[in-house]
Amino acid sequence: MSPTILFLLVIGLGLITWLAARGRAYGFSAAGRVKLHSLPSYHGWYAALWVIIPAGLFVVIWSAISPGLSIQAALADPSVAALPLMDMERNAIVGEAYQIARGSGQAAFNPAASALVAPMKAAISYYGVIGAVLTLIIGLAGGAFGFLKLRPDFTARTRVERVVMGLLLIASLVAMLTTVGILASLMFETARFFTMISPLDFLFGVKWNPDPIAPLSADTGKTFGAIPLFWGTLFIGAIIAMIVAIPLGLMSAIYLTQYATARTRKWMKPLLEILAGIPTVVYGYFAALTVAPMIRDFAAALGMQNPSTESALAAGLVMGIMIIPFVSSMADDSIAAVPQAMRDGSLAMGATTSETIKRVLVPAALPGIVGGVMLAVSRAIGETMIVVMAAGASANLSINPLESMTTVTYQIVQMLTGEQSFDHPATLSAFALGMVLFIVTLILNIIALRVVKRFREAYD
Amino acid sequence: MTTTPKMTAQHVSIYYGQKQAIDNVSIDIATEHVTAFIGPSGCGKSTFLRALNRMNDTIPSCRMEGNIELDGQNIQTSGMDVVQLRARVGMVFQKPNPFPKSIYENIAYGPRIHGLAGAKGDLDGIVENSLRKAGLWDEVKDRLTDSGTALSVGQQQRLCIARAIAVDPEVILMDEPCSALDPIATARIEELIDDLKGRYAIVIVTHSMQQAARVSQRTAFFHLGKMVEYGKTSDIFTNPREERTKDYITGRYG
Amino acid sequence: MTDTPAKLAPTNWASPEMTGKLKARYASERRFRLVGLAAVSLSALFLVCLLVSMTWNSVGGFTRTEIKLNIDFPALGLTVDQSQLEAPDAAEVLSRAGLAEAVSLSAMQSYGPQGASFVSDGAWVDVRSKLIANPGLLMQKVQINVAASDDLASAARGEGAPDIKAAYDRLAKQGAVGSAFDPGFLVRSDATDPGQVGIWGALKGSILTMFVTLVLAFPIGVLSALYLEEYAPKNRWTDLIEVSINNLAAVPSIIFGLLGLSVFLTFMGLPRSAPLVGGMTLALMTMPVIVISGRNAIKGVPPSIRDAALAIGASRIQVVFHHILPLALPGILTGTIIGMARALGETAPLLMIGMRAFVASPPDGLTSPASVLPVQIFLWSDEVSRGFIERTSAAIIVLLIFLLMMNGVAIYLRNKFEQRW
Repeated sequence: MSPTILFLLVIGLGLITWLAARGRAYGFSAAGRVKLHSLPSYHGWYAALWVIIPAGLFVVIWSAISPGLSIQAALADPSVAALPLMDMERNAIVGEAYQIARGSGQAAFNPAASALVAPMKAAISYYGVIGAVLTLIIGLAGGAFGFLKLRPDFTARTRVERVVMGLLLIASLVAMLTTVGILASLMFETARFFTMISPLDFLFGVKWNPDPIAPLSADTGKTFGAIPLFWGTLFIGAIIAMIVAIPLGLMSAIYLTQYATARTRKWMKPLLEILAGIPTVVYGYFAALTVAPMIRDFAAALGMQNPSTESALAAGLVMGIMIIPFVSSMADDSIAAVPQAMRDGSLAMGATTSETIKRVLVPAALPGIVGGVMLAVSRAIGETMIVVMAAGASANLSINPLESMTTVTYQIVQMLTGEQSFDHPATLSAFALGMVLFIVTLILNIIALRVVKRFREAYD
Repeated sequence: MTTTPKMTAQHVSIYYGQKQAIDNVSIDIATEHVTAFIGPSGCGKSTFLRALNRMNDTIPSCRMEGNIELDGQNIQTSGMDVVQLRARVGMVFQKPNPFPKSIYENIAYGPRIHGLAGAKGDLDGIVENSLRKAGLWDEVKDRLTDSGTALSVGQQQRLCIARAIAVDPEVILMDEPCSALDPIATARIEELIDDLKGRYAIVIVTHSMQQAARVSQRTAFFHLGKMVEYGKTSDIFTNPREERTKDYITGRYG
Repeated sequence: MTDTPAKLAPTNWASPEMTGKLKARYASERRFRLVGLAAVSLSALFLVCLLVSMTWNSVGGFTRTEIKLNIDFPALGLTVDQSQLEAPDAAEVLSRAGLAEAVSLSAMQSYGPQGASFVSDGAWVDVRSKLIANPGLLMQKVQINVAASDDLASAARGEGAPDIKAAYDRLAKQGAVGSAFDPGFLVRSDATDPGQVGIWGALKGSILTMFVTLVLAFPIGVLSALYLEEYAPKNRWTDLIEVSINNLAAVPSIIFGLLGLSVFLTFMGLPRSAPLVGGMTLALMTMPVIVISGRNAIKGVPPSIRDAALAIGASRIQVVFHHILPLALPGILTGTIIGMARALGETAPLLMIGMRAFVASPPDGLTSPASVLPVQIFLWSDEVSRGFIERTSAAIIVLLIFLLMMNGVAIYLRNKFEQRW
């Protein structure tokens, strides 16, 4: 019996219990003996929760362990003796038989598997019935327990509300668990990476050329120097992209907030926001299809020998375009946070609008703008698709934007796609790179949020 | 009035969208005098004040009819540049609004944008001079590089007055300059206004009749967007012609 | 004041010096304004450029070059009868019956020995679906439009070798080839030949993935927003949760992919490339967005409503679920849709969990291998043939239309239910 059906069973039982318990509570009040402490529906919920929570938990646990149990049982079948003892092959055959028995596979690829299907089917239905019966027993027992506790003066509402509070708390812990999960998984794999490759080689080496199939040797560490990746990431995300995004974003925000008529603003602001809503893969495609060839032709016109189609400039330019609305909205917010009195004060002295903007508004909003730019940088260096599609794979340590460069995110994608073996440092290096990326963006974000917050408080 | 007025307003009406804020006000503002605008809140006195250096231009829905002249020149026509007008008619706001810059930079801002100081020495001179006139020099001369926002509120307001003086205006408009200040700071500003009136035409909006009586030579009483009465301060307070003025001054409403 | 320093000479505003300065200042004002206008226009220009380039390329993606094929089914002697075509395994039966060879044969009969190279390798699939839709054809001699080969399609665009171009011109003169709107693009799945690809497989994968994301992220996000805004005590744990959420919202998406890879795939052993795992990964990414927008919406409900409800004896839970939540819901939904739109366009984390395989049939469940729209775009973008460029652009247009619709709904909700207190 599939988990879905078991869940439906639990929900159904819960519903019946809810109705029954609510009916009982109505009975109390109709009899007019005592005034109910809680509304009848709370009594219903109380009893229903006693069904849903224990039985639901059981279904979750059962659906995790029942495949294992079924396979164990099926392996007791005499036909198993014919199976090869080699782990991998054996597991493949067993897995296939399981899929077929569940009905999700088609004809058996491996004849040995088809022999196993029948016992597997038997085992699955056997454990399916057991699961259903246990679910039913647990549900009914819980329901009966809850139902019998109901009294007119029973504090059903308080108890139900306590469960709801627990639920709310659990939901809000998911975010923290995610953070912990990210940290734990990154740290675990990074630690494994650093047992094979020295952190010094990784952080300060200047040659990045890992070979995912080469056996480990004393020199392997020399091919894991990540400096070119860090440089490529900074050059594309923090330099080229920002050269595009900061002036355009800042000036757009200034024009739209200080000069544009209400009508222009009404049309142009959403238009800029569309830029922010376009998926990065589309930007990447635009970069690769339109921008990169243009830049290559430009490089050729400059007399560059064999310019590559992929270039840091193409990726950085398009990334900058993507970041414009981000910078512009941060600048917009920051300028709007400067009190009107500052603007009036400057205008009342006979300053022109641009003098007011340049000498009063922008300096006053500077902390907010700087914070916004830091957030923008953190977004740019974590951006993946544009660089994957347009920046290239060669780890160049160069300041020529027309050359192909690679970034941290590109290499993460590179190392983790295709055939991967979790024992090779090439694969694990992706996690070490992820760790670096995570730490850097985290620091940038924390500082930026602090700066912005302090700036806001200064004018509140 | 015997001397030619510094500013004159004729039949001025001001609207915010559909709502009329000022209805047909005509007034002459004398130089080297302090003119006070009094009246209950919402009577339009601040709106009228802001019309005198066209600060109402910054409010998109605001519209004005009638004529305002500075030294006989219409301030609304293209011949009068708004930047120049505001340099000549300075303004001090209700709440002190120093820029988030150093004290020195706050004062130097105006002369810099208008190009009033040739050499660096000139600018230092203007800053010192303005701070002295505003009576703030002795308090801040050792910390000119401190932020203007670090001063006390009273000092901030005098800084704003010094900032207005620094561009060498002819008229200074003050919109309830003491409403955010404590009595001691208020007294200092009032002394300052008294010192300054020899050089500038000063127009002060105030909700305090005592203040109007103390600092001004001429007083205009505004009520519901109209100017009810205008005359010598002593006359207005001792012998008002209009019943409404009398009621307001004696505290019947307001 | 006795110690007044010498007054500087009064400013003569009418002097040539001052008027010159004023002129210069106004010129600089105009320049600055123009720079601002240029910045806005340039940004808008980028957008227009991007959209026009995609739309322009996509026109070819929604059409395909087709060639007329005369097929005499009775003469081909397929080992199939009509009743088999009505059975559920008709597709398989036809494949085994040698339909592919029969189609090339018909092509050669129609257009000579070169004929087989005119039709797409996958053309027989078109014929197959026609036959299944209308089994009666099996007894007839019919004319069917099928996908032309990639070479012929290139020739239609004026590219390719001269001999194939000549062949195309000849065929075009006969009226045998032409470009036609290709509704099949919306119902087929990935294929190796640009004439045969479709996006339904990826679209269905996206829908399933988004379903998982929504089911997980929305309740968790709303409940944690409610907790943090309404109940959370001010202590270090709460601070920790808040810091986590704010940081998660800014963590690069690829990091979530790494998390999905090591936790969902390696540790929990869930299947690769599955919408379930993709949805779970994206849910973790979307949840913080929902929490943050949800908290803002909840903050927007005035305290007076809380006080009013508490004053008539509602419990804190009742206040929230009867009053606060319904009032904040439009804001929460707007935030959710925006978060979902972001998830729909996300590619990098899905690459990490193995969603970059060639999947030729639409997924039939949450755990079967699937592709999603943005990943499909990424995969096609690697192909060099002109046909794929057009198909990629067409897929982008489909994705953008979906995003536009979602954002439109969000804006509509915001405008319709926005309440000023």
